[in-house]
Amino acid sequence: MKKNDLILVAILLLLAVAGFALFTSFQTEGDVAVLLIDGEETARFSLSENTERVIETAWGTNTLVIEDGEAYVREADCPDGICVAHRPISRVGETVVCLPHRVVIKVETTVAQDAPDMVVQ
Amino acid sequence: MRERTKKITFLGLFATVALILAYVEAMLPPIYAAVPGIKVGLPNVVVLFLLYRYGVKEAAAVSLVRLALATLLFGNVTMLWYSLAGAVLSLTVMVITKRLRVFSTVGVSVLGGVFHNLGQVLVAMLLLETAEIGYYMFVLAFSGILAGIFIGLGGAFLLKKLPL
Repeated sequence: MKKNDLILVAILLLLAVAGFALFTSFQTEGDVAVLLIDGEETARFSLSENTERVIETAWGTNTLVIEDGEAYVREADCPDGICVAHRPISRVGETVVCLPHRVVIKVETTVAQDAPDMVVQ
Repeated sequence: MRERTKKITFLGLFATVALILAYVEAMLPPIYAAVPGIKVGLPNVVVLFLLYRYGVKEAAAVSLVRLALATLLFGNVTMLWYSLAGAVLSLTVMVITKRLRVFSTVGVSVLGGVFHNLGQVLVAMLLLETAEIGYYMFVLAFSGILAGIFIGLGGAFLLKKLPL
């Protein structure tokens, strides 16, 4: 039965690695950080403007910082501090999440992805 | 009657062990990958052991008791949904996989680990209405596999050595 375990692990690892490689290869730099609290979009911040915003929720406080085109959480009073430890994000689809505070910061782009690059008249 | 009392006592002990493992794991310094907060899931060694030694009911009972106590003692209510989803999905997959008799405890545990993380990610995606949270699965699948191997080997060892 051990052999099947190895095959399973090999297939799963392959899927995970391949999926990750594909995903990151299609990632593009974003230009806006969206703040969601408890699933509701609350604010949008341009990544090109350095900002600092203290986010107060019913469950706690997080300090969002936008600096050099990246967004990160500088400090938070949540019990796990995962949001603070997360590295700064800047690419479309990346997120920094504070589960206890129900805070999500995600990067989006305002540039239309599948619009034509050029139209020849 | 004595056999039943003995079993209940042991299950109580196992639940306590699982709880302590959960606590110890929470106290350990985090192993950072791309996502801090990744855990090995040490309590699952107990659940896996119980699943093989006794059965679904015993494994589920101890798993749920551990969750409830851990949340009450050192967690918050929000955490309960995530843990519950992960534990239920994980145990369901493990029961099905075990019945197929295709894998050893390692294979069962690997799938358990991956689906545990998947359950938590799905709940996060739902509650926070953010599909992008799903992207964490790339890293979490990887850690789930590794943790599953470790837990699976541990469970196999216990099953062989523990005379209970």
